[in-house]
Amino acid sequence: MYKSFLIKYAEIAIKGKNRYLFEDALVSQINHALKKVDGSFHVRKEQGRIYVDTDGEYDYDETIEALKCVFGIVGICPVILVEDEGFDKLCEDVIAHIKQEYPDKHFTFKVDARRARKNYPLESMEINAKVGERILDAFPETRVDVHHPEVMIHIEIRSQINIYSRIIPGPGGMPVGTNGKAMLLLSGGIDSPVAGYMIAKRGVTIDATYFHAPPYTSERAKQKVVDLAKIVAKYAGPINLHVVNFTDIQLYIYEQCPHEELTIIMRRYMMKLAEHFAKENKCLGLITGESIGQVASQTMQSLAATNEVCTMPVYRPLIGFDKQEIVEVSEKIDAYETSILPYEDCCTIFVAKHPVTKPSLNVIHNDEKKLSEKIDALMQEAIDTVEVIHIEA
Amino acid sequence: MEAYLDNSATTRCSERAKNLMVQILTEDFGNPSSLHNKGKEAEDYIKEAKSRIAKTLKADEKEIVFTSGGTESNNLALLGAALANKRQGMHIITTEIEHASVHAPLAYLKELGFEITCLGVDADGIISLEELRDAVREDTILVSIMMVNNEIGAVEPIEEAARIIKEKNPNTLFHVDAIQAYGKFHIYPKRWGIDLLSVSGHKIHAPKGTGFLYIRDKVKVKPIIYGGGQQKGMRSGTENVPGVAALGEAAAEIYEDFDVKVAHMYTLKERFIARVTQIPGVTVNGRTGRDSAPQIVSITIDDVRSEVMLHSLEEQGIYVSAGSACSSNKPAPSRTLQGIGLPAKKLESTIRISFSVYTTEEEVDYAVEKMKEIIPFRRKFTRK
Repeated sequence: MYKSFLIKYAEIAIKGKNRYLFEDALVSQINHALKKVDGSFHVRKEQGRIYVDTDGEYDYDETIEALKCVFGIVGICPVILVEDEGFDKLCEDVIAHIKQEYPDKHFTFKVDARRARKNYPLESMEINAKVGERILDAFPETRVDVHHPEVMIHIEIRSQINIYSRIIPGPGGMPVGTNGKAMLLLSGGIDSPVAGYMIAKRGVTIDATYFHAPPYTSERAKQKVVDLAKIVAKYAGPINLHVVNFTDIQLYIYEQCPHEELTIIMRRYMMKLAEHFAKENKCLGLITGESIGQVASQTMQSLAATNEVCTMPVYRPLIGFDKQEIVEVSEKIDAYETSILPYEDCCTIFVAKHPVTKPSLNVIHNDEKKLSEKIDALMQEAIDTVEVIHIEA
Repeated sequence: MEAYLDNSATTRCSERAKNLMVQILTEDFGNPSSLHNKGKEAEDYIKEAKSRIAKTLKADEKEIVFTSGGTESNNLALLGAALANKRQGMHIITTEIEHASVHAPLAYLKELGFEITCLGVDADGIISLEELRDAVREDTILVSIMMVNNEIGAVEPIEEAARIIKEKNPNTLFHVDAIQAYGKFHIYPKRWGIDLLSVSGHKIHAPKGTGFLYIRDKVKVKPIIYGGGQQKGMRSGTENVPGVAALGEAAAEIYEDFDVKVAHMYTLKERFIARVTQIPGVTVNGRTGRDSAPQIVSITIDDVRSEVMLHSLEEQGIYVSAGSACSSNKPAPSRTLQGIGLPAKKLESTIRISFSVYTTEEEVDYAVEKMKEIIPFRRKFTRK
């Protein structure tokens, strides 16, 4: 049983003075992710490394699963940490590690030693060769392959000696909390959770806004969005989900405006409301799951029409994705099965048979004037009645 | 105010059933298979429940097998009877308006090579006895017809059907899904010629997870659950003693003052129909008189989608069902409503209201009043 994990992270992002911000955020995200795992853990920074130490019994699989959700981690290495008690002892430890970790010894290997502590008596190349020999002596079935080894045995000479041979890939990206906050427009569909995941991956903290339209949409549709937010929160950390009652605005648009423009005008008001909550919560941008041309409201013209009402940047990480590519990510983050549950969402209830695909801004502006009597009051009411749900994975 | 008008989805557990259940859960919690006294005590509860249920059907105690509910009863009846009797033939007859728990096991039997004949229904959802007579053949081993349709409350002519089936082929077994009928009608399977009869507990104020299958003496049925051989091997697994006892209690209770209870539900139904049909564009599906089930009314509200209606009523504390609750998990059009020839547009604007003995006139009136307000408002916003 491993007592420690060595956490590898992308070094390129952390040059200069920002390094400690990055590392502190990563430590805090790791701590958060491990809270739900059985066991007691201690996360420490040391010489440009992050280690997760365990204390007593813990669930190995759960630990790995939790760490695989922490953005910023490139690799998770179950590591053996030993004191320097001479070269012979080091070789014994390496051999014990192989004995335990690889029941079938028919594999090729290479030893990759690094000497961070330069006062160690042997140089890296010498360590490689000598440890390699000892392994071959101990396990004659093994072979050395310096170009494409099946097992790479890492030995790092630091204040303690690190021995590891498995690197479990992490999700990459940057630790959440290093790049500000953005407001995700979360529907019950496939795209928006993926969009939230992708922006969170760049270190962005996520808040979310969902528009529900009772009685046209049900409590179950809302529950589905809560469930999706939970899935995103597994990666992005806690999310404040703003549930906005959009029914009256929608019905008012329905009454006042041409039917084929309903969706586009509706989306403009959704953006406005989302931006309101974004500003209130110090977000620096909006996130949507839009992809060019996917539906009528996502043509270049329609995107321009919805974009026009926003003063904040709108991040659309899926803009160049095909549906299948979005589905792949959705499946990877385990959101797909929830996303395809068949509940009506508020964008589809009144959708026209032939909605405009090339809305003209002039026409939209003119038609929106028909809303001037009540729309401000309705918007204010939607803002006043918002329900905020704090969501943790 | 709250009005629970979805009693064909499920009912509130009766106080008597609940009290008995609690007593068994906390005090008399033995395993009926245990040899000691506490086990014997549990066994007695089962015997008592069997005897009470048998009495309501004028059947024999040994003809009752307890299950986990209506779905299991239907599965055991259909799969069990088909597999036990397949040497006599591979032909099964059913109707196009059966519940999924009949339809799906029959679809499975079809995969296994059985031939399934599906009888149509008229605009009221009633089968044709002529068509049934023509369909029964020498190799027909099983006929399965529901007694009360769960979506529109149509009552099938079960007694006549039994006679016709047995006249044409005495060896054909007759299964009746009585899940919506038991507790609303007197049903005498032995006397009528029914071989298998499915009942669910939670439709008659017993807890969920309870039910039974009546299996007429000497009828061959293969078990579908194997194990420790409980219930004479017909349904292995430690008996759900609290559930079974509560089911026995609820069954006995619902048949007390039976005529008064049924009349109460018919009165509610007539009152509701008289008032709701005054709203323009609201029509009742199927029969409306005392030749229909007392507890079920299916209405179509033109230009208001059923889900929107359901959620609008829910906002007022009124609980109804869109089509049938069991089929509302997946938005597939209802076979029953299609079967009675409802056009596509009406299929999606149909809701079901269902009463119980506990339903009051106030609840019914309240629901109608709210419908009068909701319907014209929602009609202003239709999908174009």
